[in-house]
Amino acid sequence: MLRFARKRMLASLVSLVGLVILVFFLVRLTGDPTDLYLPIDATDAMREQFRANNGLNDPLIVQFGRYVWDLLHLDFGDSIRRARPAIDVVLEAFVWTLQLAVITMSLVAVLAVVLGSLCAFWAGRLFDRAVTFVSLIGASAPDFWIAIVAIVLFSIHLGWLPTSGTGGWQFWILPVSVLFIRPFGLIVQVVRGSMIGALSSPYVKTARAKGVKNRPIIFVHTLRNAMLPVVTVMGDQAAALLNGAVVVETIFGFPGVGKLMIDAILQRDFNVILAAIMVTAFAIFLMNLLIDLAYLLLDPRIRA
Amino acid sequence: MTLADDTLAPPAEKPAALRLLAMLRRDKVACLAAAFLVLVILCALFGPMLLGEAATKQNLRGRNAPPFSLEQGWLMVLGADQLGRSLLARIVVAAQNTMLVAAGAVFFSALIGTVLGLFAGYGGKKTGEAIARLADVIMSFPSLLLAVIVLYVFNPSVANLIVVLAITRIPVYLRTTRAEILEVRERMFVQAAKVMGASHRRIMFRHILPMVLPTLLTIATLDFAFVMLAESSLSFLGIGIQPPEITWGLMVAQGRPYLNNAWWLAFWPGLAIILTTMSLNLLSSWMRIALDPVQRWRLEGGAKNNG
Repeated sequence: MLRFARKRMLASLVSLVGLVILVFFLVRLTGDPTDLYLPIDATDAMREQFRANNGLNDPLIVQFGRYVWDLLHLDFGDSIRRARPAIDVVLEAFVWTLQLAVITMSLVAVLAVVLGSLCAFWAGRLFDRAVTFVSLIGASAPDFWIAIVAIVLFSIHLGWLPTSGTGGWQFWILPVSVLFIRPFGLIVQVVRGSMIGALSSPYVKTARAKGVKNRPIIFVHTLRNAMLPVVTVMGDQAAALLNGAVVVETIFGFPGVGKLMIDAILQRDFNVILAAIMVTAFAIFLMNLLIDLAYLLLDPRIRA
Repeated sequence: MTLADDTLAPPAEKPAALRLLAMLRRDKVACLAAAFLVLVILCALFGPMLLGEAATKQNLRGRNAPPFSLEQGWLMVLGADQLGRSLLARIVVAAQNTMLVAAGAVFFSALIGTVLGLFAGYGGKKTGEAIARLADVIMSFPSLLLAVIVLYVFNPSVANLIVVLAITRIPVYLRTTRAEILEVRERMFVQAAKVMGASHRRIMFRHILPMVLPTLLTIATLDFAFVMLAESSLSFLGIGIQPPEITWGLMVAQGRPYLNNAWWLAFWPGLAIILTTMSLNLLSSWMRIALDPVQRWRLEGGAKNNG
């Protein structure tokens, strides 16, 4: 297991380094921040001064060398826009996204597993068809569209919920529900499929023959076996959730890392983009590690 | 063919395409989905030719005209946008770009992903590992953000959009092909082909690929929906297709400022996206069964008793 984790970590580190190099040079192709941050009538001397202050004067390769050197001292550089350490800006935003993601994924996990199992148990009946239909819509609907339709309905016409921003619990309902829909639609189907497989296996027949009741059969005997593919899909959804977060945060004016990155790209705030990429990549890496651990808990055969 | 009159030979098989069509006709939901997709494809092919003019003709008296009224002619049945252009015509015309981007991205990612997957699965252990790592790198980062950066650097044209989306979807095909091949290549018929002296290329493309193709086709259908959603998200965020070109995602974005008083501007194009992706999802799950020789009987005639 340790060897596996080390190998995994090394591979992730290599891919992270590749990503940082790629993005470092790509973002510098988007243009000169000076054009955005100084007034149009700024003199050449002012421009020169601005570039020198932000270390944009040197050749690219020197800039890259300095960035890596600072990085090794855990210095992620400063945000041009906010004149603060980039990592602080990113971590503040990241906490918001993390909350959003954790709330959403917990809801998805609980509801998808329960509803998916019930679907498998009642396969082909009305309940199964209804849930399958809803999950199909969920998996097919564009999240930005759901978001604005929800705003029109619940915020403008009914006036129940705020349209955007942050604050009390009311502000969380719409973003969480919109983010919830797609992973829920996908995972319900995976749970259903894998539970149908598990419910028709011989050990369930044995359990039935012994007189075990339905509820323990679903939630004790089969669920654990059916969870492996579900956990895999959930892991893939962790990265996909960040895609959704970009859209949802932009629409609901939510100060998370997705919106921060879109803003940083548009504002050519290079250090913030890079720091955000590293933080999210690290989070996804941790998530994958947790999933491997979940495998170990669920399936003793892997432990060998 | 000379064995056709042999009494032991199975009844003459209809061509595979016809058999699939017959199966499709029997499944109402899948049939409806396929019909809708054919309609969308027809719109994409001929829409700009037939309605291109109507989609750009401004009619300032009909600004934000509400839907379900035939006063302004049948083209205005879905209402009009902020410049009085027919929404129906615009949706039909926008189908072309929407389909073009999705089809292009799916085609290239499937092609490159499958070939890489073939090599990763059939080639040596080292190559296989290296190619699989490549897939991990692409998968380990939210594709939307990478697309945003790339599209911001290079102009967001249809071609660039196709390239970016194709790259982010390559791992899907690569992983599937590799996993399937690792299993298939151990089977007896591959050994037999090897013994008979078939070249590597022949084994890969004539013996193994046809085994994997149905799965890939199913995944590609599903992925078409995903790519469509990704493109519309990008266009919605303002970094995908740029006006005056239109796609469904961009139409939703353009209707957003008018949500308060003209909900139909953003509603109809969104509905078009949902219906298309839903049809793709339905068709893909039907294909998963129809293309699988083990499960096909469920859809073939006379299998009612086991419905």
